[in-house]
Amino acid sequence: MNLTGFMQLYVFMLAAFVGYQIITRVPPLLHTPLMSATNAISAISLVGSLVVAGANRDRVSTILGVVAVTAATINMVGGFVITDRMLKMFRREPATPKVDAAAAAKPEATK
Amino acid sequence: MREIFTQVTYLVASILFILGLRSLTKPDTARRGMQYAAIGMLLAIIGTLVQHEIVRYDWIIGGLIAGTIIGIPLGTQVPMTAMPQRIAISHMFGALAATLVGIAEYWLHGAELGSAKMAAVGFEVLFGALTITGSFMAFGKLQEIITGRAVTYKGQNAVNITLFGVTLLMFGYLIVHPENAVVFYSMIALALMIGVFMVLPIGGADMPVVISLLNSYAGLASAATGFAIGNNVLIIAGALDGASGFILSIVMSKAMNRSFQNVIFGAFGAAPTVSTKTASGLSVRSISAEDAAIQLAYAKLVIIVPGYGMAVAQAQHQVRELAELIEKKGGEVKYAIHPVAGRMPGHMNVLLAEANVPYDRLYDMDEINGEFERADVALIIGANDVVNPAARNDKSSPIYGMPILNADKAQNVIVLKRSMNPGFAGIENELFYNDKTSLLFGDAKASLSKLVTEMKTV
Repeated sequence: MNLTGFMQLYVFMLAAFVGYQIITRVPPLLHTPLMSATNAISAISLVGSLVVAGANRDRVSTILGVVAVTAATINMVGGFVITDRMLKMFRREPATPKVDAAAAAKPEATK
Repeated sequence: MREIFTQVTYLVASILFILGLRSLTKPDTARRGMQYAAIGMLLAIIGTLVQHEIVRYDWIIGGLIAGTIIGIPLGTQVPMTAMPQRIAISHMFGALAATLVGIAEYWLHGAELGSAKMAAVGFEVLFGALTITGSFMAFGKLQEIITGRAVTYKGQNAVNITLFGVTLLMFGYLIVHPENAVVFYSMIALALMIGVFMVLPIGGADMPVVISLLNSYAGLASAATGFAIGNNVLIIAGALDGASGFILSIVMSKAMNRSFQNVIFGAFGAAPTVSTKTASGLSVRSISAEDAAIQLAYAKLVIIVPGYGMAVAQAQHQVRELAELIEKKGGEVKYAIHPVAGRMPGHMNVLLAEANVPYDRLYDMDEINGEFERADVALIIGANDVVNPAARNDKSSPIYGMPILNADKAQNVIVLKRSMNPGFAGIENELFYNDKTSLLFGDAKASLSKLVTEMKTV
């Protein structure tokens, strides 16, 4: 294995570590959006597919590349759209007048 | 110069991806963060398209357009109840892209790859291929194209382990002899078979673990693509995806009381042994919608326990309506969400959020379990195994040791249930025979609508 390979392993290791640290802090509430989000993000493999499809080396590799581009684009577009659609739904409780009154009264009471 | 531009876009994309995922730790910041991640993705694509290597654009544009046309309805049209199969199929697309890139690399370079690159390409197609078929099987089961029940046969584990062993041997051989194309393509064929056999013995209720695991594999396949073509942003995104799937698998398997090895090797889902405790001689108490409504109307605290049955009946909107009526009568409503309620991690939360239930009313198992004692009514809607006290006290039960919601500690328990059929695990639930439990039979949606009507007259 050459030096580049080792550098890549470092990148992988550190990214996996960062991922682990962040994702353990994602609440179960958002586990479904998390999964669709990581799905959309890993559609970055599109950049690899683009090179294969556009390098014009031979017919086989072009066809493989184009199918890969299509599949990855489906994930990218669909993934980000559906994640956004889900996250849009998560709303906090609208503050009811009653709660507002109580919250407003509190600081005065403590004064 | 172009090369530097490309690398800068990749770097920015990597940062935005990590920040995007970090934003998911809070519901308030999540949406904005993911929008930034999408911008990062766009930048990376532009950075790639300007590379010298890309000489033809017609095919690329065709693929991008086709993918967008298919992707948009998959994003906007799929109902939230169908989210598990939607995610399963997207794992398939992701793995397919990775595998095809791997095959193209091998096709173009073959023996010139050398051992290190061959190892990367091998990982890529191995994880990719088994994720393609595995995810497709998971999709089929969730969509009920294939039977949702576990398919088992004699010697299943032996077959799977042999298949896996042979594939690994081929992989090892390829690292030494990358020029052997027959072995390469046979390895892909075997990996495709492994995906099928791996998911075959897994029943519907175990799907959350399988989907998480396939998520992890799809991520690893992407990361391996990054190694194979020497692209760091792919390695980073793949590692993030892999880590996420891995963590979710652990969370899910813990919530189902399965060991991680059990999950990794997919050797679960075997026909559950029937519990020694059967229902014979015990009787259940059924309740009318009217009486149930009265109980709910005078309750101070109602904890709603939604399960997959609620999702199947599409009853989440009626649940919210009922909750609002209880609140109008002066009661408090909280939702208790078991980690494996539904068919994928967090599924129940999404369904309830869709029905406009504010997310601060949704409580995780650990947060809510102490409160059941204080609750006047625990209202169980289409949930079964996750409230089965046998998990706590019946050592012979297959679900013994699984963490459950302590619904049986509530003052009164009302169970909305279609019939007395046991749940997915095929286990009798002694909660239903408890003295303080009453059952309201019927379709969850119909029962809830009746409750809503009755509540209005109380």
